[in-house]
Amino acid sequence: MIEVRDLNKRFGSHAILDGVSFRIEKGESVVIIGRSGGGKSVLLKHLIGLLQPDAGQVLIEGENIVAMNERDLLRIRRKFGMLFQGAALFDSMTVAENVGFAFRRERTLPSHEIRRKVAEVLEMVDLPGIEDKKPSELSGGMRKRVGLARAIIYRPEIVLYDEPTTGLDPIVSDSIDQLILRVRDRLEVTTVVVTHDMRSTRRLGQRILMLHNREIHAAGTADEIFNSPDPIVRRFIEGVSDPKELAF
Amino acid sequence: MNFGGSKWFTEWLVGLGRITLLARESAGSLLRLQVAWRDLLHQVHFVGVKSQSVVLITGAFTGMVLGAQTYFQFHKVKMDTAMLAVVSVSMCSELGPVLTGLMVAGRVGAAIAAELGTMRVTEQIDALRTLATHPVDYLVVPRLLALHIALPLLTVEAIAVGIGAGYLVGVFLLGVDPVYSWYNMLRYTGTGDVIVGLIKAVCFGGMVALVGCYKGLYCGEGAEGVGRATTEAVVYSSIAILISNFFLTLTLGRILDTL
Repeated sequence: MIEVRDLNKRFGSHAILDGVSFRIEKGESVVIIGRSGGGKSVLLKHLIGLLQPDAGQVLIEGENIVAMNERDLLRIRRKFGMLFQGAALFDSMTVAENVGFAFRRERTLPSHEIRRKVAEVLEMVDLPGIEDKKPSELSGGMRKRVGLARAIIYRPEIVLYDEPTTGLDPIVSDSIDQLILRVRDRLEVTTVVVTHDMRSTRRLGQRILMLHNREIHAAGTADEIFNSPDPIVRRFIEGVSDPKELAF
Repeated sequence: MNFGGSKWFTEWLVGLGRITLLARESAGSLLRLQVAWRDLLHQVHFVGVKSQSVVLITGAFTGMVLGAQTYFQFHKVKMDTAMLAVVSVSMCSELGPVLTGLMVAGRVGAAIAAELGTMRVTEQIDALRTLATHPVDYLVVPRLLALHIALPLLTVEAIAVGIGAGYLVGVFLLGVDPVYSWYNMLRYTGTGDVIVGLIKAVCFGGMVALVGCYKGLYCGEGAEGVGRATTEAVVYSSIAILISNFFLTLTLGRILDTL
């Protein structure tokens, strides 16, 4: 369903991705882990065409989206939903306007039907009855839930999550993880999560890819990665810093 | 080799290319009629209604100062009643569109750059794109159209208020004959002057919108990036208005002369 071939990306003189290749099958739940600033979010944004690589291919159901212009990409993006790190809610709109945005833009559904769908999807993310609130009135966890509701209202085939639990307390993080699993199971979507939260990784990942030094350093099932003898993988999982990096 | 200069020149060329592509994409979006009409109305309200105080004050005091200065000079050669004609022609073809354009650049251009810049740094523009919405259709075109519509209307208002204020100053403060002043104004102000002013206003509206949108969409990271984008939007659109005004005056003058 998603195939990345030999992806390269630089920002100025700084290389972010160098020859990244992997494949994600339909219905799979994949977690991409790696150090902060290691290029995970950049990689995720390439999957939906928000960033263009310097070289390489991104194939969505066999179509190379790298060669597409922004208007052609709009068609491909209908297959995707994406939850951003800061939720990226439109702060000038209410929750209902945010969540129903895609339908209001398409103008294919009557307003009462859009209201019904908004209520239904807010129910799914455990936030019923907050349609008239503004994003500024919501907590971090609630914003993420609304962001997720907005991403899944039009039933995408693939949902991308950019650091879904970053900045949240462990209890809220756990509830977001449960929500991601619920969405995956109920809507039968392909799930790609970028995170450095090991608890979330263990819970969400059927398969794990570790991005390190601009390339996929390790890939495998959750058990394979968590039991890996590789020192780089072990250090990351156990949260042990490299003594060489300590600049005291 | 002057690396600073060559970097500045490269960035300037890149900016020029991007703004041209933005203009082309906007024109394409307009032709496809992919305009968010509700947002267009909102923007027309924001540009037109909320700029009233700025435009009224600018128009009125410019007309008053121009009227008084012209009177002081013309009084020496006993041409007092030509004062209002000078105010009228200047307001219609130059001061009305230019000053309205500059004031709107300061108020609206800055607001556009700040709003779009904030949307960019908080990933709201990326979110729009993931929701299969082209940022040009949703953000740029309504603002561009709104300025094309509202700026000529605001210019007409500034011209009318400026002439009215000049008339009041001339007649009631400086004692100029009202009938001859009015007669001379109508005699020396041509339809061409009004048309030139309106064409300029349409052009300036496009410049303010495009520069504001471009600076917002391509702004740097963080609060500093948004701040810089806002400042640059005002400075660049003001400079664009002042420079293009000269060329528009020459070109439109020649065209109207041949008609």
